[in-house]
Amino acid sequence: MELVENMLDGNDRSLARLITIVEREAPEVLQIMSRIYPHLGNAYFVGITGPPGGGKSTLVDRLTAVMRKKGFSVGIIGCDPSSPFSGGAVLGDRIRMQQHYLDKGVFIRSMATRDSRGGLPRTVRGVLKLMDAFGKDFVLVETVGVGQTELDIMDAVDTTVVVLVPEAGDAIQTMKAGLLEIADIFVVNKADREGADYLAVELEQMLRMKPKHDWWQVPVLTAQAINDIGIEELYREIEKHREALQEGGRLSHRRQEQRRREFIQVIEQGIRTRLLRLVERDGQLMKCLEKVEEGESDPYSASMEILTNKTLLQTWLAELEREG
Amino acid sequence: MAEARRIRMLIAKPGLDGHDRGARVLTLGLRDEGMEVIYTGLRQTPEKIVQAAIQEDVDVVGLSCLSGAHRYLFLEVVEQLKAKGVEDVLVIGGGIIPKEDIPFLKEKGISAIFGPGTPIKEIANYIKKTVKRK
Repeated sequence: MELVENMLDGNDRSLARLITIVEREAPEVLQIMSRIYPHLGNAYFVGITGPPGGGKSTLVDRLTAVMRKKGFSVGIIGCDPSSPFSGGAVLGDRIRMQQHYLDKGVFIRSMATRDSRGGLPRTVRGVLKLMDAFGKDFVLVETVGVGQTELDIMDAVDTTVVVLVPEAGDAIQTMKAGLLEIADIFVVNKADREGADYLAVELEQMLRMKPKHDWWQVPVLTAQAINDIGIEELYREIEKHREALQEGGRLSHRRQEQRRREFIQVIEQGIRTRLLRLVERDGQLMKCLEKVEEGESDPYSASMEILTNKTLLQTWLAELEREG
Repeated sequence: MAEARRIRMLIAKPGLDGHDRGARVLTLGLRDEGMEVIYTGLRQTPEKIVQAAIQEDVDVVGLSCLSGAHRYLFLEVVEQLKAKGVEDVLVIGGGIIPKEDIPFLKEKGISAIFGPGTPIKEIANYIKKTVKRK
């Protein structure tokens, strides 16, 4: 794991290579993660989400500038969708972040969602950890611009910022499950456009009707990211939210929850990968699969055949013993 | 299940070109060929291109230049990549490149030049066949 050592020493190419490995969900990921684990827990993760064209990339760009000015190092993960048809993707978040390309304190990585559903690649958590271990003070994650189903981001980061624009519809749109519930901070961007103040007031009223927590009143900010207006205020609110989280051990409780979910997820994934590999090599079980495909047997009875198959487990055990 | 190998490519426009129609057509076309294409827009310096290629850990860098400064700009990218120890990345070029410059560019480390009118399929096949990393 020379790559990991080099990354921990601050080598950016090694970080880039490791991200690729995590993105591919290669078998080495478990080893990498366990090796970097002692170095985790120092970075603060901020998610930026909202509908497409709302100015998320520009906001991330300007927020990064503010954080850099205060002396913090920043990691940026920009997510864009993969085509379900070709598997390809156009990754274009970087284009708005030109001013940081040559800054050693900023590392930008674009990620395609690949075969994950929703606005976030499922490997993003691993990439967040790599950036944390690399020593970033803040990591900003920009989701795909989807709008109503981006609940995953809330689980992956500490503070979730939802960016809306006046054109995105009235506040009723945000009442529908999703954005209203996940936001720790709202930003109405492009606030020089008509309807911005109205949307902000409406949002604020709605949030007061139903406060998210007794310890945090979700603020509604207005901003014009492209003109650098409202960015400093956004940074201050992120810091305030962080302090509120840290008070009374809320952050450590959250992290506990995340670790628990992560543990179960890793095990699930490991078992699934292993099991499918065993099934693939078992002629009889593959026949089972064919029958299901042909509609000759139903998936439920066929799955029972696999789940109660003792030879499968014996092969697994034998494999483990061989691996020592 | 482990992800299948996905080719990552950076498409960049060094120099002062006024438009990027060709680069955009290629970006979309290669997406449809199953690649992850990172597009960084107009007016990039070689330094910025190299930094982006490293952070994004791409397999291929595609450079497009219409202004005639390719002899300088393309080489600068290749050399800076080398200086950073990046030797396993395929560098290809396109745009308005006079035929007589092609041998020179190839000798300096640009693997292939694709001019106007090249079918995207041809470029995609070349990349898939020639990409250095596995």
